[in-house]
Amino acid sequence: MPHRDTPTVSKISVTDLQAWFGTHQVLKGISLDIPARRVTAIIGPSGCGKSTFIRTLNRMHELIATARVTGRVTLDGEDIYGKHVDPVLLRRRVGMVFQKPNPFPTMSIRDNVLSGLKLTRTLDKATSADVCERALTRAALWDEVKDRLDAPGGSLSGGQQQRLCIARSLAVEPQVLLMDEPCSALDPIATARIEDLIHVLREQVTIVIVTHSMQQAARVSDRTAFFLMGDLIEYGTTDQIFTGPSDSRTEEYITGKFG
Amino acid sequence: MQATRRWERRAERLFVGLCLAAILLPLATLVWLVADVVIDALPRLGPDFLTSFPSRRASSAGVFPALVGSVYLIGLTALFAVPLGVGAAVYLEEYGGRGRFSRLVELNIANLAGVPSIIYGLLGLAVFVRTLGLGRSLLAGALTLALLILPVIITATREALRTVPGLLREGSYALGATRWQTIRHVVLPMAAPGIMTGSILAISRAIGETAPLIVIGALTYMAFLPEGPLEPFTALPIQIFNWVSRPQAGFTTAAAAGIVVLLTTLLILNGLAVFLRNRLQRRIHV
Repeated sequence: MPHRDTPTVSKISVTDLQAWFGTHQVLKGISLDIPARRVTAIIGPSGCGKSTFIRTLNRMHELIATARVTGRVTLDGEDIYGKHVDPVLLRRRVGMVFQKPNPFPTMSIRDNVLSGLKLTRTLDKATSADVCERALTRAALWDEVKDRLDAPGGSLSGGQQQRLCIARSLAVEPQVLLMDEPCSALDPIATARIEDLIHVLREQVTIVIVTHSMQQAARVSDRTAFFLMGDLIEYGTTDQIFTGPSDSRTEEYITGKFG
Repeated sequence: MQATRRWERRAERLFVGLCLAAILLPLATLVWLVADVVIDALPRLGPDFLTSFPSRRASSAGVFPALVGSVYLIGLTALFAVPLGVGAAVYLEEYGGRGRFSRLVELNIANLAGVPSIIYGLLGLAVFVRTLGLGRSLLAGALTLALLILPVIITATREALRTVPGLLREGSYALGATRWQTIRHVVLPMAAPGIMTGSILAISRAIGETAPLIVIGALTYMAFLPEGPLEPFTALPIQIFNWVSRPQAGFTTAAAAGIVVLLTTLLILNGLAVFLRNRLQRRIHV
């Protein structure tokens, strides 16, 4: 296993990204590179724009009527806001897990996992079973649900539901997985399981995780970006941010002086 | 202290009593009405009442063509009104946005829901019967009734669509679903029970409608069954209306029996729909 700080090629490259809701500017010119197959944590107090930031990476931000974005975001060198980019196809490459587990209430566990794939093709039985087992195994949920794949997704516990949502995203084989405070609705044990999962997944996909918990950022991430009021204050390796931040505001935030 | 407490308790009891009265009073009236009708209908109720054609002699007059006409009419009405209503609601709620056009359509739908049904009858007469040349047919009747209940279905469907949490839509978009795929696989299945409820209520209303059918020229005496959607027809409320206006006592009994048949049809249809809705509801696990 390479050392955590070993730089890899940039997966996502963000240049002077600005975002608005109506006239309210939420992001004020963010530039940063997100390394491939590493975990990048976004931390900062509520309202600092961290959720908005990751929602610009899969073009979910623009689903809100008054939302607007300028600047440049590239995925593997290709501008995702380019004229010929279909946001629907982009989102199949950049998956997302939300704050609250949101399995589809009308679908079984199996159908939840396969829901993204069924959009693009009809699956035969054998392929469905393979994909379903693989995605659930990757999400560390297979052993708990393999005997009840036809049970409704909503019948699982909160932590299991969140892992089901991760499995659902992984089934589409995204290259990037965005996680928007994925543990904020979970108890400590379920949180620990998700964090273990992130450790395993970082070998395969690029992960960007927004978190309220600095301990979580320290535990799971290779790099950390600190946002404040729509500005990127500091970005570096997680070790560096937590042990020797160069900006006083970063230090004040991580030592709990505000936020 | 003690006195206040006692007064509070008395006020509470009074309130509960008033609420109970608010249930019991209308319910008792309804039971009385139904019982009265059933008693009046008893001499005429029997299998042959259902299978006989109307007749000049009250004792042998039956409700057969009216019952068949009502069932056809409701089936056709639902066939037109539900897909159109749901489609319109999906457009307004999911695609229409908040523009001026959308608001104008919204205002008109709200207004249409309050237009008296006889106006719809006149509209049906002018448009379906005359202009489109459908004649005084089942199809013209069904289209008129469909128009009548369309606003109710649209409004109920929009309410149902609005209750689907944004988080679920986002989950679907994040998987790379298009808007249509999200509506088809996530939003509509969630909203289905609500849409069903609205449609049931709307269709129940259509079953009892008389005025628009009289205006478009439903027959009051039919010695045959409609053999296709372009055939003339009659319906239960029309038949009942006709019998009630006859002077002979025997027809009063027939009318009462007709009312019992209408109520039973309504009950069966509603029961079926509620059953279907509950099955849909059970598939949803939040």
